[in-house]
Amino acid sequence: MSSLPGWRDLPRGATITEPGSSVKYKTASWRVMRPVIDQEKCIRCRICWTYCPEPAIIELDEPYTTKTGRTFKVTYSIDYDYCKGCGICAEECPVKAITMVEEVR
Amino acid sequence: MSTFTIASIPREELLAPGHRMCQGCGAAIVMRHLLKALGKNIIVAHATGCVEVTTTLYPETAWRVPWIHVAFENAAAVASGIEAALKSLKKKGVLSYEKRVKVVAIGGDGGTVDIGLQALSGMLERGHDVLYVLYDNEAYMNTGIQRSGATPLYAWTTTTPAGSVWRGEWRRKKDIIGIVKAHGVPYVATVNFAYVTDFYAKLRKATEIEGPTFIHAYSPCVPGWRYEPHLTVKIAKLAVQTGIWVNYEIEKGTFRVTTPVPKRLPVEEYLKVQGRFAHLTKEEVETIQKLVDEDVEYINKLAGATVIGPVEKK
Repeated sequence: MSSLPGWRDLPRGATITEPGSSVKYKTASWRVMRPVIDQEKCIRCRICWTYCPEPAIIELDEPYTTKTGRTFKVTYSIDYDYCKGCGICAEECPVKAITMVEEVR
Repeated sequence: MSTFTIASIPREELLAPGHRMCQGCGAAIVMRHLLKALGKNIIVAHATGCVEVTTTLYPETAWRVPWIHVAFENAAAVASGIEAALKSLKKKGVLSYEKRVKVVAIGGDGGTVDIGLQALSGMLERGHDVLYVLYDNEAYMNTGIQRSGATPLYAWTTTTPAGSVWRGEWRRKKDIIGIVKAHGVPYVATVNFAYVTDFYAKLRKATEIEGPTFIHAYSPCVPGWRYEPHLTVKIAKLAVQTGIWVNYEIEKGTFRVTTPVPKRLPVEEYLKVQGRFAHLTKEEVETIQKLVDEDVEYINKLAGATVIGPVEKK
């Protein structure tokens, strides 16, 4: 028992010195339905990225050219480590480029 | 201000993922954009509530800005203290006078309209340079959906159940904007994240103005309002389209509606997607519609024009 730290040894209050340390906790296990982006259909309107509560949609500076020859400067990708599968992105997508598929683990 | 679009939203995330807010949480969207709009030069004082509990599970935090949690009732008092300390540091020459650090107090509806009301009133009265943000999910959601002063009429909660005698909440939602406005503060506004450019414009204005400012943010709650998580943004849009929520601002006494609705949808469209209103009879829906009509009439009177139009007949 005597090896446990006493109140004098503990940091005062509950101070957290590392900002954004919640990234260590992956919320992926909450997901029942998994969103999948169809890069061909996506028009890069940024709406899914805007309304994601996590944020689990990442905006990447990766150019993408569709089969019809349209080139975009950015690509949206889903961070499956944190996505909880709420489905807001699929609901709000104006061109229905995001589909919710069943999560299989 | 009018040039601000979705494309101008900064990419940097100041709210880290991995927080434990629910699937499709409205408050999470509010907090994410709040931090993006305010930037890094802020200090946040947070009242107890959903967001506080779910973002800071010791020893982790989702915040990438200085952040302090104290108690349920004193977010405004703590923010006042931080602001006074910053002033003192500037006087002592520790902090440069040019360095502008905005102190932000955040509270839920319970921590603002019920428990923290006197601390808020004191802060507004003393005139601290603090932005107070109320995220309103219309009940004490984090402890298990108990009613608060912000719960709307006829809404089911665990303390206002719906049966043959009790029909959910029997009192009207408290007019917190009216209370705050009565303190004569320079800027008061309501925001809804579904109208995201308006959200940014107001938050930036509220940070630029010196003195106490107040933002009332609409924040749908999936488990408390009883709807499917993917409907969060749809419900937020419906709230504005039916006139039950009006986006407006009061800047130095000048009232302005920022999201005009030429033709309103019947309030039933908003109520029927939420399980907390599932028990309503036709008469009760009509009662709510009548109250919304009265509120809209009052808003139009304040605005001096018909900014929120009549209900569109189907």
